[in-house]
Order: sequence, then C-alpha cells, then structure tokens
Amino acid sequence: MSRNRRLKLQIFRVAVFLVLGAFFLVPIGAMFEFSTRGVTEEAPRTLNAWLTIAQTPDLVAAIFASLALAVLTSLGMLLLLVPTMIWVRLRLPHLSRVIEFLCLLPLTIPAIVLVAGLAPIYLWMNLNISDSILTLAFVYLILVLPYAYRALYTGLAAIDVKTLAEAARSLGANWGTVMLRVIVPNMSVAILNACLLSVAVVLGEFTIANLLNYVNLQVAIALLGRANATVSIAVAVASLMFAFILLVILSFFGRPRTRVEPEPGIPFPGLTAGGPR
Amino acid sequence: MTTVIAATGVGTATASRAGVEIRLENLRRRYGAVTALDGLSLTLAPGELVALLGPSGCGKTTALRLLAGLEEADGGRVVIGGHDVTGLPANKRDTGMVFQAYSLFPHMTAWENVAFGLQMRKIGAADRRRRAVETLELVGLAGFANRYAHQMSGGQQQRVALARALAIRPKVLLLDEPLSALDAKVRVRLRDEIRRVQLEVGITTMFVTHDQEEALAIADRVGVMQSGRLEQIGPPTAIYGRPATPFVAEFVGLTNRLAGVVRGGSVEVRGTRIPLVQPDVPDGPAVALIRPEAVTLTSGADTSTGPLVGTVIATAFLGATSRVTVDLGDVRVLAQLATSDAASAPAGTRVQLTLRADPVLIARETSGATPA
Ligand SMILES: Nc1ncnc2c1ncn2[C@@H]1O[C@H](COP(=O)(O)OP(=O)(O)OP(=O)(O)O)[C@@H](O)[C@H]1O
Ligand SMILES: [Mg+2]
Repeated sequence: MSRNRRLKLQIFRVAVFLVLGAFFLVPIGAMFEFSTRGVTEEAPRTLNAWLTIAQTPDLVAAIFASLALAVLTSLGMLLLLVPTMIWVRLRLPHLSRVIEFLCLLPLTIPAIVLVAGLAPIYLWMNLNISDSILTLAFVYLILVLPYAYRALYTGLAAIDVKTLAEAARSLGANWGTVMLRVIVPNMSVAILNACLLSVAVVLGEFTIANLLNYVNLQVAIALLGRANATVSIAVAVASLMFAFILLVILSFFGRPRTRVEPEPGIPFPGLTAGGPR
Repeated sequence: MTTVIAATGVGTATASRAGVEIRLENLRRRYGAVTALDGLSLTLAPGELVALLGPSGCGKTTALRLLAGLEEADGGRVVIGGHDVTGLPANKRDTGMVFQAYSLFPHMTAWENVAFGLQMRKIGAADRRRRAVETLELVGLAGFANRYAHQMSGGQQQRVALARALAIRPKVLLLDEPLSALDAKVRVRLRDEIRRVQLEVGITTMFVTHDQEEALAIADRVGVMQSGRLEQIGPPTAIYGRPATPFVAEFVGLTNRLAGVVRGGSVEVRGTRIPLVQPDVPDGPAVALIRPEAVTLTSGADTSTGPLVGTVIATAFLGATSRVTVDLGDVRVLAQLATSDAASAPAGTRVQLTLRADPVLIARETSGATPA
C-alpha cells in the first residue's frame, strides 16, 4: 500500500472517530452543562444537583434496585442460557432452531403487550409471594434473552465445541467439567458481552417497571424530572457514565489474557530428543 | 485372559508397558438410512498398531468413535482388556484419542492440556506437572510446555494432542487421521514419530487413515474397510502383495484392468497365461487386475506387432522408480520400473510389454471388458 493511501486512510479514520465522538459527546456535554446551572441565568456554576442525588433517598433506593436487578438478570440469564445452548449444540442440534426462535421471540412482542399478560401474574405474586422490586428480574430475563442469545451464539460458533468436548470426555471429564472447565473459558468474551448487553437493557428499562408500578432507576429519573429537572439530568448523565465505564471495564477483561512471547523456534526441535530411554 | 488383565496394572512413568487386547464384535451402527457399520469384527493384539484404511464414508471414524464411547452402537460389543465396555460412557473408558481437527484446549498451555486428563484422575498438582512435562519430552516437545495452541505449528499441536492422550496411560490409543491437516513432509516425520512413541509405550493402537501409504508404513496390520465392513486384514505386505478381493487390490496401490479370458483356473491376457488368486472363477471373459510392478518392457528388436506392443506416451519420475504409461491402442497400461530402465524408453518409443506370471485377481464385474 502506498504511503499516500495509508495517510488518506488514517485521515478518514480520525475524521470518523471525531464525528462519532461529537455525536455521542455533544448531547452528554449539554446535559452536564444543564445539570451544573445555577438557579438563575447569572448564578455561578454549581454541583448542587449532583450533591442532591445522594440526599434523595428514593433515588438512591431506585439506583440500588436497578443495579441489583442488573446483577440478578445477568446471573439468571447465564444460568439459563449457557448450559442450554451448549447442550443443544452438543447433543440436541435438531432443537437449535426452536431455541433460537424462543429466544428471539421477545424482540417481536411490545412491552405493553408483555405487561398486559404479566400484570395478573404480578398482582398474584405481590399478594402471595413478594412485592419486592427484585421480582422484576423475571420479566427482565425475558427481555434480555434475544441480545444475550445472539452474543452467546457468536461465541459458541467461534469454537469447535464438539471436538473440544469429545477430547475432554475421552480424557475423563464429566459433562459438568466439560462445560465449566473447557467450553465456558473459551467463550468468556461472549459471556461478558451477553452480561454487558443485559446490564444495559436492565438499566435503561422504563416501560415495564412503570406500568407494573415499580420505581427503578429510569422511573425515578422520570418522576424526579417533574420536580427537579437539574437533578434528574444529573442522574441521567451519571447512569450514562456508569454504563460507559462498565463497557470499558468489561472490554478490558474480555481481552485475551497476556501470553508468553513465542520463543523463536526451530519448527521441530527434538525429533530425536525424546529418544529411547 | 487373566494375564491380560494383570498386565494393565503394570507400568511406571518410563518403563514400557504391555498393552491390552481390544475386541470389536459384530458392531453395527446406522444413521437414518445410512449403514455406517455393518457388523464389524476386529481383534487387536496387545501392543499392536492396526491401521484402518478405506475410502471416505466407509465407517472408519464411526468404528473409532464406537470404541472410544463417543457414539453408541446399535448392536455388538466392545471389549477392552477382557472388560465389556459397550455400555460405558466415553469418560469412563480409559481411551486416549487424537482427533483430525486441532483439538487442544485453546485457553490452556501445552503442559496444562497434557495435565488435564491427570487432573480428571485426581492426581496431585506436583505429580501432574511432572508427568505432563515427561510426556511432552516423550513426543519431543520438551521446550514447549508453556506455549498456547496458537503459538505452535499444526504438527506441534498434534504432538501435544498425542502427549495429552498418552499422559493418562490409557488402555487404547485412538488416532483419527491425525496427520491429514499437515503438509506432506511433516506428515511423514510425525507418522514415524507416532510409531516410535507407540512402540516405546507399547500401547494397543488403532490408527484411522485414508492414505494407503501411511497405513502400509506405520501398521503391524492393515484393515481395509468398505461400506461398514472389514474387507481384508493382514500385514502390510500381504495387503499389498496378496489382496484378497478386487476392491482391496484397487484401493491399495495402482492396478491395471486388463480384459482376458478365464479357462481352467488361469486367465489368458493378451496372449499371456497368468494363474489366479481366487479359486472357482467361472470360465469366460473377465477383467484381470495387474500391478504396475508386474509389467516389464523391452524396447528395440521385435516391436512391430503383437498384443503387447505399444507406444510410451508418458513417464512419471518417482525417484528410484518411474511409472511409464504405454498405449496399446485399445487400452493404456501402467508399468513401474527402475528409473534407469525407464530412461531407455522415452515418450514415443515402441515397446514390447511382458506380464509377469504372478497370480492375479479377477474383478467381478466384467462390463466394458473386451476380450483380447
Ligand atoms: N452423525 C452422523 N449423522 C449422519 N450420518 C453420519 C454421521 N456420522 C457418520 N455418518 C455417515 O456414516 C457413514 C460413515 O461415516 P464415517 O465418518 O465413519 O466415515 P469415514 O470412513 O470416517 O470417512 P472419512 O474418510 O471421510 O472420514 C457415512 O456415510 C456418513 O455419512
Ligand atoms: Mg473419518
């Protein structure tokens, strides 16, 4: 490739990066700017709105509820999907279409419809089992299925599951060991991606919580928005930043672990080194 | 039988061990309408290396997978060292397997891969490491213990896979075309290496391949399979030199198909009488299978006419020998000669062929054959 072309490519990359960066950062910057405004036009900049977050117990409760829901949903998703998908791939390949259909189905059902169906169940659950906001994890598990399925599917497709499993089996591993020690470690990136998507979906969810009368993060922000706009915007920025930091952390962990530098080697040393003993 | 069982307990890290006997009895396996194995019976003597050879789809892999327990048989028995293991799952069978596809666990280093099976057998960490490194030495990869699969060549990965299979000191070693993803030179080296290690360890081994040269070079006995059955089994020299059926003759090595007439226990091919391998071949037109090595040629002198006079149209140089194609007008014949002899008959030369009177096989189907 000529130097000229490489330079052009470089410029193109930087330009795209800048445009996209601006696209994301300008609204967030504007929100941040708004959240630090004083009461009047001339009043000096203030972080009052941000400090108020911690002093609004309802809001703090909602934040923790949403975080707990995110964790519960991700765990539930992993426990449900990972073994199922591996098992279907290994032993029941004829069921893979059915599983895919079931997992992608929630994408096609509007949240309102979902709630219409779920409301009586939640009413019953509130009365008989628990009215904790954490029961929302069941619905959220359904909501995140399509995204998590896609992410995990990509990870599974990238490795030769069948051969790895058979190698481990013939070495004496039972099915549990095959999954936990052989397959899961090789799809860790996919698992992190599935978790990230699940967390993002849960933290951003508004409709279902609102319709079922639970106050999660988004509902709390919306409620607060009517009473105190700057605080609600501050929370919105904070939750965006949280998702962003999570993304960075996860992508950092998702990187393959650092590996030993390959020694410069003769392709077949020791053809005789193993020799008769 | 008791002695065989007792022998399995023997063995330390370095001493060579006596292998155990493996018996496959009348194994059957169907996949829908396809019959992959149609009553396969085969016995491997302790410490023996048997190569299963056959065309694609003849059931070689299926036989190996049934033996490993990775697939269930519809009928028949698998007996390893006197124990019927037909109902045991793969992880209880004590077989070491090397796959055609690269199968190292990508997230483990070479020694961790080799130690995996030992960990499954609850062997302590220190012992595990020591035995893994020892086994890596055995396959000539002493310095590669800390490498990941993606840092090794294909041949090195297959050696680690071999070490991994051997480290658990299995009763059987199963190799399913372990060399087919490698280039020709590495293939030959690693083939010899596998044989050396196998002899050193003394393990009963089944080696599946569709490469006849590989099978003949490495095995104590070669089993030729066709459509889910064993067509013939015997030492490489017997398989090559005295094929029992036309299928084996044509699958192992090259053969000329020459039309002839069977009469009274011999066949007349283009004026030459040749004895038959098979008994009871009915008289009449037939196709004789003649090895290129059984054809010699002379140039010059009386090469004007005759049923075995023709023109050299091509010569393939194979090293010490050369393969010469001669056009007899109605049919082309391959002759394999010492390269020095072939040099005297370049393309275009008129030559007289001679068929050696080694016993030949008659192919069953005679369609398309025109009696000479
Ligand atoms: N899982 C399966 N499902 C359906 N058919 C199968 C399956 N495994 C094998 N077969 C069929 O069984 C027959 C034997 O297959 P097998 O893999 O044993 O052949 P092979 O001798 O190993 O061939 P190759 O040299 O190509 O590896 C083939 O016709 C194949 O199509
Ligand atoms: Mg095969």
